[in-house]
Amino acid sequence: MNNYETVFILTPVLSDAQMKEAVEKFKNLLKEQGAEIVNEEDWGLRKLAYNIDKKTTGFYSFLEFNAEPTVVEKLELNFRRDERVIRFLTVKQDKFSLEYAEKRRNKGGKKQEAPAPVVRKAEKAEVAELEVTSNEKED
Amino acid sequence: MAKQSEIRYLTPLSVDVKKKKYCRFKKNGIKYIDYKDPDFLKKFLNEQGKILPRRITGTSLKFQRRIAQAVKRARHIAMLPYVTDLMK
Repeated sequence: MNNYETVFILTPVLSDAQMKEAVEKFKNLLKEQGAEIVNEEDWGLRKLAYNIDKKTTGFYSFLEFNAEPTVVEKLELNFRRDERVIRFLTVKQDKFSLEYAEKRRNKGGKKQEAPAPVVRKAEKAEVAELEVTSNEKED
Repeated sequence: MAKQSEIRYLTPLSVDVKKKKYCRFKKNGIKYIDYKDPDFLKKFLNEQGKILPRRITGTSLKFQRRIAQAVKRARHIAMLPYVTDLMK
């Protein structure tokens, strides 16, 4: 058993109910294959950084699960066959990402928020400095 | 020869005091770089969305590789653009 996480994007043409139904379908598929779903997130309709199939937005969904490697293959095959899915990415979690994922889960509810905010604040100041120095370099 | 050594400058020669760069991941103990957080990854990209080199950001090799991996994943799921102008 390995830990995996997967992000997939559904077409924005679906209604909310259809979207939920599609997510449910993949969750059921995982369960049937004997995978244990650890976490599920719905990031809602987001803007894409570039057009995919002439679409500018998409419903993002995020799943974390424990499963055998063969299950991932089956899941991806189904992603490919399902035309509602416009993009997907499955990643195996190593020990660092596992730790990070746990922290993220425990924070709960807050989707899309980055790691410890305290650290980030400190970093923002650094970035300002960094940019200054890098600008000098470019001159 | 003696004359040359007497050259004086009105203002002391500015010897560049460069700030030592450091790897922020090592310093802050960040072990994992999340590909799902585009705002954070944007710090390591230039205006065109290219990954900045290590010599500018000061990141260690280990984490530079992880940044690259995370950025590429983020691009795949359309959270970051492959090519763009004026990203910030």
